[in-house]
Amino acid sequence: MSPVSRRDFIVAGAAAGAGLVIGVYLPHGRKHQAGDAFSPNAYLKITPDNKVTVVVARSEMGQGVHTSLPMILAEELEADWKQIQIEQAGASTLFGDQTTGGSASVRTTWDPMRRAGAAAREMLISAAALHWGVGRASCKAENGAIVHATSSRRATYGELATKAATLPVPTDVVLKQAKDYKIVGKPLPRLDTPAKVNGSAEYGIDFRVPNMKYALLARCPVIGGKVANFDDKEAKKVEGVSYVGKLTDSSIAVVADSVWSAMEGRRVLQVTWDEGPNKDLNTAAIMQSMREAASKTGVPLYSVGDVKKVSGRRIEAAYELPFMAHAPMEPGNATAHVEGSKCEIWAPTQVPQDVRDSVATAIGLDPDNVKVNVLLMGGGFGRRLEHDYAVEAAQVSKAINGPVKVIWTREDDMRNSTYRPASYHKLSAVLDGQGWPAAFMHDLVAPSISAQKGQPGEGGVDPDLKDEAALVYSFPSAQLRYIQTETPVPLGWMRSVYALQVAFANECFIDELAAAAGKDPLAYRMHLLAKDEDIKYFDATWRTARMRGVLQMAADKAGWDKPLPAGHYHGIACFGCFSTYAAQIVELSMEQGQPRIHRVVAAVDCGQVINPNILQQQIQGGVIYGLANALRAKITIEKGRVVQGNFDDYAPLRMNEIPVVEAYFVESTEAPSGVGEPPLPPLAPAICNAMYAATKKRVRALPILG
Amino acid sequence: MAEIILHVNGSERKVRALPETPLLWVLRDILQLTGTKFGCGAGLCGACTVHVEGAATRSCSTPVSQVAGKNITTIEGLSANGEHPLQVAWIAEEVPQCGYCQSGQIMAAAALLAKTAHPTDEQINSAMSANLCRCGTYERIRRAIQRVAQGGGAR
Repeated sequence: MSPVSRRDFIVAGAAAGAGLVIGVYLPHGRKHQAGDAFSPNAYLKITPDNKVTVVVARSEMGQGVHTSLPMILAEELEADWKQIQIEQAGASTLFGDQTTGGSASVRTTWDPMRRAGAAAREMLISAAALHWGVGRASCKAENGAIVHATSSRRATYGELATKAATLPVPTDVVLKQAKDYKIVGKPLPRLDTPAKVNGSAEYGIDFRVPNMKYALLARCPVIGGKVANFDDKEAKKVEGVSYVGKLTDSSIAVVADSVWSAMEGRRVLQVTWDEGPNKDLNTAAIMQSMREAASKTGVPLYSVGDVKKVSGRRIEAAYELPFMAHAPMEPGNATAHVEGSKCEIWAPTQVPQDVRDSVATAIGLDPDNVKVNVLLMGGGFGRRLEHDYAVEAAQVSKAINGPVKVIWTREDDMRNSTYRPASYHKLSAVLDGQGWPAAFMHDLVAPSISAQKGQPGEGGVDPDLKDEAALVYSFPSAQLRYIQTETPVPLGWMRSVYALQVAFANECFIDELAAAAGKDPLAYRMHLLAKDEDIKYFDATWRTARMRGVLQMAADKAGWDKPLPAGHYHGIACFGCFSTYAAQIVELSMEQGQPRIHRVVAAVDCGQVINPNILQQQIQGGVIYGLANALRAKITIEKGRVVQGNFDDYAPLRMNEIPVVEAYFVESTEAPSGVGEPPLPPLAPAICNAMYAATKKRVRALPILG
Repeated sequence: MAEIILHVNGSERKVRALPETPLLWVLRDILQLTGTKFGCGAGLCGACTVHVEGAATRSCSTPVSQVAGKNITTIEGLSANGEHPLQVAWIAEEVPQCGYCQSGQIMAAAALLAKTAHPTDEQINSAMSANLCRCGTYERIRRAIQRVAQGGGAR
């Protein structure tokens, strides 16, 4: 196929049987390349039974895409929301990129979904006009039907769909104005809620095929280690265990007819490991090597003015963040059935196509012969952007020649994850006579996730840094550089990715500058945003006015200028990532040297809000997730092994620890931007800045509780 | 393997399993009641919460032999049509995000309300803090429980 323009993304046809099908191309922010051949990756299907089915090639991990994406389409279609149903697409060669990540689902589908809905609407109007022999202009789409007011005739979309499918797709459609929205912007109930409160929702771990076995893997506890030898005698004695065998250089599979038998078999399996080159690896040494790397000259990410020419009062500080694990509630799992040259996979995954390709490579099949079905995820947070669980399932299925589900335990997940990279940040600034930063410098030291996965970014820039490291203030001169380090610790994209680290360093440091200048932290930030300006950072444009807006909103809602109860203190931070602006104000008190967080006020500008209820969930949930990251989340490595194993030593927040989280958003008709990740980054610096207000001591390393 | 008789959601079920098998895996693998979830396997997260004789119990750390002959209720048996007041309130408050922990949350809340019909926030926190949610739905869980305690139903 020849390259097509971005406008040319809709195709129509007749549904199997009868009805209308519209195919849409949904580009993905991270991987889309201009000139990609047209390939639809979502479908709108209108069938004669008057059902409107939106087939979505994005995965549901709790973020609400099974509701928000159909809402966008239904708005332009003028559908009756009650007739909408959702169908999850599996991996397909027909589709474009199906990755769910980068807070990209809504922001990248907003345009094509609307256009597809509008195209279908216009075709249905034409079908009705032809059918009744009246002018198109006298027909109107409303609530799932076309009506002809003057003759009081009405036909449902179901009745018109088959005829509409024979008509040409309009090339120019007029999209609705925001003021006319009936669905978009409304807090409609999520379509997936009822099944999630009665036990019927089917997650990856719940899926079964007849005669399926269960497998657990013994994996080398040392990163990069291998199996030296093993003795399966005891494991095979466990009732129910049917197979024990080396699966890869570094793993042994124990297969049984129940999960418990497989667990028991693995418990008594005797393995001698070849611990390999990382047997002395530890996090203290990793952190030390990053501190040392900070003296290197990094790759420039952003530069304005000339920081070298500025003189004045110099302030410096360094910040550190640890490795972290996603720890979604549903441990890793996947079901596979290899039959000859074909394989079928059922997986809770954010990347069905990558699963397909990795499985094909691992077991030597043609990708076209690997079918991947996407199931609900019990949380993703980036962990399910990996494909390890599915590859293992396929390998075990091939080894035993039958269907199998591979299950990871919590400890398996904690110790064999792909971790948020640890990082080190050297910041410095030169203040002018009034205490404003005349120069701002940030040297960011961290290993590259993409480079470790064999996809180094152009010019040594990890591609994620383009979405997650913008300096949103207007400085007379500034410089942001990236120093890439290497580590054998497996790395992954964890909710908000590098934005968490960069925001922590920048926003703690801005607070330090404000304190050095003797100025109020909010006023200091507002001054740096005072002038309306577009700040270009790679492909993105950050507008000072929008950041000012969220800061002011947070300040107003939190009562920044109002007196607090005795012993309570405020801290503030803001950040922009995934095209969204976020500001947060934390209210805390100190109890026995530890922060007790009472209230978090979060303000977000994510453009047009699709569903305020889902947005609230994402903000509230993001803050709670970010709070665990800030206070306690830390993966340490000793003797090449991950120390933490379960929710006791890697402890998320519990109900008795959570503050009141108030979520506010800016009313906007700008194009929608990401909401899954932007609520996290401002939180940790806002807490540390409030702790400084309380104690006059700076916290420069996470986790706060050590 | 041992033959064990369980009373699950009002029916008698005969299962064959290793006696020390956690109830969780008997429910999920043998009885195919997959609404009860595996989260930590160590009684730390509450995703596997069921009722044994009405008491909230971590099925991941309860050997099946220990509950032979006892009355067990899972999320599937909490109500006939998913209309337990807590389930109705969970929908009204739009609690779930990924939803994976919510069976356990609802079962823990149901056990709390059966004993304490009008819990204070503190009592709710204390009873529910054994249940983890990584999506951070705690505030809405608390609201849903309060809604039921105050006699409210659907919105």
